[in-house]
Amino acid sequence: MDPRAATSTIASIAPAVRAGKVRAREVADAYLERIAREDAALGCYVRVDAEGARRSADAVDAAVKAGRDPGPLAGVPLGIKDIFCTKGVETTCASKILRGFVPPYESTVTARLAGAGAVSLGKLNMDEFAMGSSNENSAVGTVKNPWSLAHVPGGSSGGSAAAVAASLCVGATGTDTGGSIRQPAALCGVVGIKPTYGRVSRYGVIAFASSLDHPGPFARTVEDTATLLEVMSGLDPLDATSVPQPVGAYAKAARAGREGLNGVRVGVPAEYFAAGMDPEIEAAVRAAHDELARAGAKLVPVSLPHTKYAIATYYLVCTAEASSNLARYDGVKYGARTADPKSLEELYSRTRGEGFGREPKRRIMLGTYVLRSGYYEAYYGKALRARRKIADDFTAAFSQCDVLVTATSPVPAFKFGERMGDPLQMYLADVLTVAPNLAGIPALALPCGFTKAGLPIGLQVMGPPLGEEACFRVAGAYESRTQWHERRPPDVGGAR
Amino acid sequence: MSAPATAMHPKYEVVIGLEVHVQLATKSKVFSWSSTAFGAEPNTQTDPVCLGMPGTLPVLNAGAVEAAVRLGLAAGCAIRPRCRFSRKHYFYPDLPKGFQISQFDEPICEGGAIKFRLHGEPHSVRLTRIHMEEDAGKNLHAAAGVSFVDYNRAGVPLCEIVSEPDVRSAEEAAEYVRAIRALVRYLGIGDGNMEEGSLRCDANVSLRLHGAKEYGTKAEIKNMNSFKNVRDAVEYEVKRQASLLDKGERVVQETRLWDASRGVTQSMRSKEQAHDYKYFPEPDLPPLVVDEAYLAQVRASQPELPEDRFARYTGKDGLSPQDAGVLVADRETAAYFDAVVKAGAPGKKAANWVINEVLARVADPRALGGADLAVPAAALAELVNLIEGGTLSGKLGKDVFAKMWAEKRTAGDIVKAEGLTQVSDTGALEEACKRVVAANPEEAARFKDTPKLMGFFVGAVMKETGGKANPKAVNEILRRLLG
Repeated sequence: MDPRAATSTIASIAPAVRAGKVRAREVADAYLERIAREDAALGCYVRVDAEGARRSADAVDAAVKAGRDPGPLAGVPLGIKDIFCTKGVETTCASKILRGFVPPYESTVTARLAGAGAVSLGKLNMDEFAMGSSNENSAVGTVKNPWSLAHVPGGSSGGSAAAVAASLCVGATGTDTGGSIRQPAALCGVVGIKPTYGRVSRYGVIAFASSLDHPGPFARTVEDTATLLEVMSGLDPLDATSVPQPVGAYAKAARAGREGLNGVRVGVPAEYFAAGMDPEIEAAVRAAHDELARAGAKLVPVSLPHTKYAIATYYLVCTAEASSNLARYDGVKYGARTADPKSLEELYSRTRGEGFGREPKRRIMLGTYVLRSGYYEAYYGKALRARRKIADDFTAAFSQCDVLVTATSPVPAFKFGERMGDPLQMYLADVLTVAPNLAGIPALALPCGFTKAGLPIGLQVMGPPLGEEACFRVAGAYESRTQWHERRPPDVGGAR
Repeated sequence: MSAPATAMHPKYEVVIGLEVHVQLATKSKVFSWSSTAFGAEPNTQTDPVCLGMPGTLPVLNAGAVEAAVRLGLAAGCAIRPRCRFSRKHYFYPDLPKGFQISQFDEPICEGGAIKFRLHGEPHSVRLTRIHMEEDAGKNLHAAAGVSFVDYNRAGVPLCEIVSEPDVRSAEEAAEYVRAIRALVRYLGIGDGNMEEGSLRCDANVSLRLHGAKEYGTKAEIKNMNSFKNVRDAVEYEVKRQASLLDKGERVVQETRLWDASRGVTQSMRSKEQAHDYKYFPEPDLPPLVVDEAYLAQVRASQPELPEDRFARYTGKDGLSPQDAGVLVADRETAAYFDAVVKAGAPGKKAANWVINEVLARVADPRALGGADLAVPAAALAELVNLIEGGTLSGKLGKDVFAKMWAEKRTAGDIVKAEGLTQVSDTGALEEACKRVVAANPEEAARFKDTPKLMGFFVGAVMKETGGKANPKAVNEILRRLLG
């Protein structure tokens, strides 16, 4: 069992475990061993749950032995972003304020994955409360990009993307509020999808910006990503915003792409090739468009005129919602509490002052400003109207095409510290990814090349609401005609 | 708005607006699954959602929506076809999420009025709105510097009923709150218990000179946990403000707490005045859609309401407004009365018995809804009919009722067992009357000039028959014998 092997995919492991040809325990041990060897240098995991992983793997093996089907993810080792609440396992969102918080409940996503036979290896690092694009905002250490340890893995799901890229798990969960799955997937050269809003339940996923938060999966291949999404998706009575429509046949759609894209219209939005885009990335994306055309797709130029308002709109909505969602961390009920407060006022101000890092504090202050009485219309109200316009752009575009294909990030992975001094520059890392969050439409990232320096480049495929199958089909087609996903970063084996 | 029946302040017009919070008696909380039952051990009726734990999400309880719609329909409100929830932010330990899920710009009910009578006069207080929200927990302050929080109440569904400033006296304010309690109980959506906090009331009180157009500065009075508290607190506040104004001083806009033990309102001196709740639409809950079909379904199952019953009792049933008022005050009393009438007792007689005998024997009228009631409605109807039919005299009837209540026996059973049947047999009565007349020749001789002696003869006959004689028949026979 070699985690780096081409066969270390869900598509290979799950059927082998179900058939009793490979033991889940053997798979789990191989990954735990690799984590022990590689992760000290990468910092993907904030908590490795070896005991829990072996226990779940043994349960899968016992089921197989007893003739029961453990499910479509039988024995598949996964990493879980530390934003998903896991019953009995500390969950901190990479924040000091949640230190010691052990949820007495399980997120719907992780419950579904476990119910399908997946084996959780542990919790993955991230930007604190999912706020960041470089994973530098974690209170528990940074994650290195496996392709270059001097570069960031992207964020906020940096631990998830890096762990999948470095073969420290077969797949991982992430959340995407403004690009937090797609941007790190692009920077680490793996596949990730942010599905339609409501397609995957948010229950038990620690909220950053409720109307923008989208849980989703990472994997090395399009088909594996599709398989994970199929298991994660579906109506959840615990999430009033989850959608009732039946879950699509995503893995089947991914495989169907291999047969070509005849009749598929691929939209190319002019606004997504704006100034500031790295020329190597633009070239790779243009080449990908050509590849899709060769697969039979028809390229359609489209326009998304309100794209220029996306970043401003996004930061108004997400900071407003974040300031509200983070109000519950007050030291009263769980997590960290300041020592010896002299008054209620002090309990609040010191607990929050000590517990939150710079970025959450910055966003709480921005959001509080946005929601002040008398300013609601000028900021939040206006942002909601702009959000509608941005969504309308997509509706209009999807009347002319089936998917939109763009770059995921305008730049490849940057170096540590390069953007930390300038929050605005950091916020612009999301320029190509925030609009699908505002519109709630599915968007997938997959590898489409490497820079001369050897850093991955990511393609983005967006679909209409509940159009995940179209995204998977196009991504599957592209992947089957290219070899980017077969490359592996070098082992770092204890290097620092 | 009709003229208040209570004494008006000679100089100032009293202007009161009320905010009443009603806990809805759903089994589970408004956004989660733990129980809403009152009185459990602290923090035993909680779940991750009502505790605001990370990653948890609210899901709206359909039962709470139905209760709010019932209340809105009963008060004649317009029900919004589409409403939404908002977050109201403030920090307090009993508020688990740092915000309360409430309704702000789109409440479920708007307009409407609460109708009631005060000293027989009909009153109608207009409503601004009724909105839904979640209750907070409770801070428990123990020894100095030590506090605990009980979250059992956190997430219990509430309806906040906001009135227009239509109330003009302390008495009217108390009666308004009482009318809301009756409505809530009639609808079966809550128990409206002020002492337990399932019905809470804040009053905004201000004064202005009679005839003035502008409202005066108001003070908000909190912590009134009985109808008497409401009346006393508002009365005190009116006096306090009047004396300030009389001295040429200003009323400060503030929140004041009623201290029932000292009988005064006191400034809370909190920093609350500067509160900015930073309302914004709750992103975790989709808009609530209440369509016509749903409304029709709720409307069809609305119970008869106090004011409709009052009209029926004073109209068709011919009851006095006073009696009708007593009967409709509680749903259980009215239902009991209706059952007595349905079992065959005449309305007016039934009303007398229910009001004078039955209600006098129960501490809480809601006991009349109990299954183990000593005198069920049908049993009372039987007794009333025994009297109406002449089997029992009214006096005997009361004795029988007392036995029925004490021993849980039926009237028929008691009458039979104790041989209480009223003597209507004219033969037997004639004999008794003859004996009485014969035994009192002197009085018989004086009867022609002194007709009031009839009472003496009837009394004597009753004594002779052990109280079982039918007084009407005795009268007739005596008149003939003495005539």
